[in-house]
Amino acid sequence: MNRFASLLETLILTPSRNAKIAAMAQYFQDTPDPDRGYALAAITRDLTLANLKPAGLRALVADRVDPDLFAMSYDYVGDMAETISLIWPEADSADVETSPLPGVASFIADVEATPKSALDAYIAHQLDNASANERWAMIKLATGGLRVGVSARLAKTALAQYGGQDLAEIEKIWHGLDIPYAGLFAWLDGTGDKPQIAAGNIFHPMMLSNPIDADRDFNRLEAADYDAEWKWDGIRVQLVFGADTGSDAADSPAPGRMFSRTGDDISAAFPDVTTSLRGQAVLDGELLIGAPQDHGPETDRGDHILFDAQPFNHLQQRLNRKKAAKTQLRDLPAFVRVYDMLFDGGADIRDLPLVTRRDRLARFLQQHDNPRLDLSETLSFDSWQALAALRDTGTDMFGHEGLMIKQKDSLYIAGRPKGPWFKWKRDPRVIDTVMMYAQRGHGRRSSFYSDFTFGIWKGNEILPVGKAYSGFTDEELRELDKWVRAHTTNRFGPVREVEKTLVVELAFDSVHDSPRHKSGVALRFPRINRIRWDKPAGEADTLDSVRTLID
Amino acid sequence: MRLETRPDVPIFIIMKWLNHELYIEPIDTYIDPVRPVQRAIITHGHADHARAGHAKVLATPQTIDIMKARYGAQCASSFQPLTFGTPLQIDDVTVTLFPAGHILGSAQVCLDYNGQRAVVTGDYKTHPDSTAQAFELVPCDLFVTEATFGLPVFQHPDPQNEMTRLLASIAAQPDRCHVIGAYALGKAQRVIKLLREAGHDAPVYLHGAQEKLCAYYQAQGIDLGDLRKALDRDKDSFRGHVVVAPPSALRDRWSRRLPDPVVCQASGWMTIKQRAKQSGVELPLVISDHADWNELTSTISATGAETVWVTHGREDALVHWCRQRGLDAEPLYLQGREEDSSE
Repeated sequence: MNRFASLLETLILTPSRNAKIAAMAQYFQDTPDPDRGYALAAITRDLTLANLKPAGLRALVADRVDPDLFAMSYDYVGDMAETISLIWPEADSADVETSPLPGVASFIADVEATPKSALDAYIAHQLDNASANERWAMIKLATGGLRVGVSARLAKTALAQYGGQDLAEIEKIWHGLDIPYAGLFAWLDGTGDKPQIAAGNIFHPMMLSNPIDADRDFNRLEAADYDAEWKWDGIRVQLVFGADTGSDAADSPAPGRMFSRTGDDISAAFPDVTTSLRGQAVLDGELLIGAPQDHGPETDRGDHILFDAQPFNHLQQRLNRKKAAKTQLRDLPAFVRVYDMLFDGGADIRDLPLVTRRDRLARFLQQHDNPRLDLSETLSFDSWQALAALRDTGTDMFGHEGLMIKQKDSLYIAGRPKGPWFKWKRDPRVIDTVMMYAQRGHGRRSSFYSDFTFGIWKGNEILPVGKAYSGFTDEELRELDKWVRAHTTNRFGPVREVEKTLVVELAFDSVHDSPRHKSGVALRFPRINRIRWDKPAGEADTLDSVRTLID
Repeated sequence: MRLETRPDVPIFIIMKWLNHELYIEPIDTYIDPVRPVQRAIITHGHADHARAGHAKVLATPQTIDIMKARYGAQCASSFQPLTFGTPLQIDDVTVTLFPAGHILGSAQVCLDYNGQRAVVTGDYKTHPDSTAQAFELVPCDLFVTEATFGLPVFQHPDPQNEMTRLLASIAAQPDRCHVIGAYALGKAQRVIKLLREAGHDAPVYLHGAQEKLCAYYQAQGIDLGDLRKALDRDKDSFRGHVVVAPPSALRDRWSRRLPDPVVCQASGWMTIKQRAKQSGVELPLVISDHADWNELTSTISATGAETVWVTHGREDALVHWCRQRGLDAEPLYLQGREEDSSE
């Protein structure tokens, strides 16, 4: 555990990317299986311990530390694991029966195997035995969300470097591997073959786009080389279905699986889509809510929906649920607007050009007519000016989020390669708001007042309209933090109320009715656009002016 | 505010809370005021406590030396030195200075009036430090304490542990130089002294801003060993060595002269990894000149004070702790004290 704790500390404190890679590679070198595999899973956030939850740890601390002091400490430190590890009362060494700390793998095995009734005692005993740094590592391990400044991608880069293999090869097999990755390490160590995975049955990392820089990119890019399509206002999903699992009868195939962009399996919440899938493929598209089509009596199994994409807040009601409610299946029917194909049958077609993949996708959809799948149309345009005009119409008249622009011969490359795909979002809406409350941030921003609530005028009153945590530079963050400290009028626990004098221009994608907010409106993706140090609060926007922006 | 409401109790006559400053009304004197005043008692030489421009300053001889060294001999119209433990009668108030253990010459201000006693700590620590006079506990009725590290997450380790980590890092990376961010007054000298006590005899290189006060400490009989200027030297000559610089220089052009430096910072804040990360620190050294949570709470208990005022720092948690124990505690939000930095 000590070695893992040191690794985490190095990762969090080393600014250099190369030094982080070197530290991880060194750890893989020095640490035996299965410890290194579990550590890797923790770093890539693929490890979840069902038995231990942050709430359980908090309860454990509450038995030992005054809860108010704990709350103040957490607010200050900004990281649960670190707060617990630092505040944990150091046991008097004479009183504790000291035993060596378990390794990473045995700690995890113990946590998973210990019955709930004995788990608190087990954890408390380990925490008593550990140094603050080891406590921190253990809690990080147990609760996930390491926040050590390492992405899953960087960890895989370290693996590639450690084993002298291509990162793309590791990415391709990654989602078919199981913790603690013994086969992977054997391959990287040169003592085993490359792991074989069932490629048609797993999540494949998605290809992502970069925002277009309209001034620069359109001058150097040839319009004829690109396709465009609408950017839909849903969530990106991958459908994986039909791979031969050996036993299914043709009339009742196993339901397909639906993954979010980060590879989370969200199939259970969308059975209306996943049970409808026929044939074999891996498809990439946008999950949307359509309009239910009224076909009279309940004979239609709910399959008749209109591909009339509803605003995002419809979809939001079905997200983050373990299961779909019956009424939601009826009133909020889901479908996927498909725009790409990774596997056609059992064939990996990611190395074929986009236009070819799209042709095969269109053919596939024709063969397997499905009311829950819809082809995202390709827009025709002959110049960037024409596309710009199209974008204006689409966003203003139909409320689209913007456009996707994809190179016609682009291959499907996992990650966010620079160049082949762009997104061109509609221009954000902006309003002037008044800062009302501020709270300290977490992680990198711990100690800075960086989470703000903003309001707009309704008569003589300012009503909160949204929170924003981003959009400012580090320098502006320091200035905002200083301003908050100097203009605090009231403190409610961690929240500071500030003088209602600072005007901040918020940018956001759209505004909706929201009965949950006192102002009756909610902003989508609000972020700070500009700090208006110069502007008097009286000139901030009013509720009436904001309501006119509702789509 | 509750502080203003009990004019009948002598202790609240001595010590007032006036315009966000600590004020001794019977003798018209402020303690560590941020604005220029007629009469000031200065607890120690750090810039957020000692400012230039007061008419009359009362302080320990070392604090006066330090103020003159930093701001010039004319930084106050007149200085009155008062040695530790010597009572000074001013009208009805007796002023005595006791060591605060924070830096060289740092004092607690003890005020006796009409049979009651108030003690203002300034900044303090009780942990032993061979570069500062040891903290002396003064029982009192009103205790005005700092709260820089007033949260139970702050449990400072033994500074020699931190030195062991530093020396191990130096041994493991002999091709790199270790540059330690440490404030020029107090922290720099303490770090060097701790290094010497840990057996590190090699020369230590100083940023120009550290030289004057290191020389003053040496002149006061605190042996800091072989100190050299980090100026006009060949880059390679720093490899395997320790350089001490103000924290601000670590991210400045100044540090470009150093070969692949390991950035270290000596501060109580380094307990929190995200803080260390924010300041770009690779090797955090938890070495503090302020009392940690356990020192703060045990000192409050030991003074026997029934009234506690909590100044600059994390006031709320310490006030909460005091009230839980039946003490009459109030937070004072002092002006001009950086909430999170100065040490």
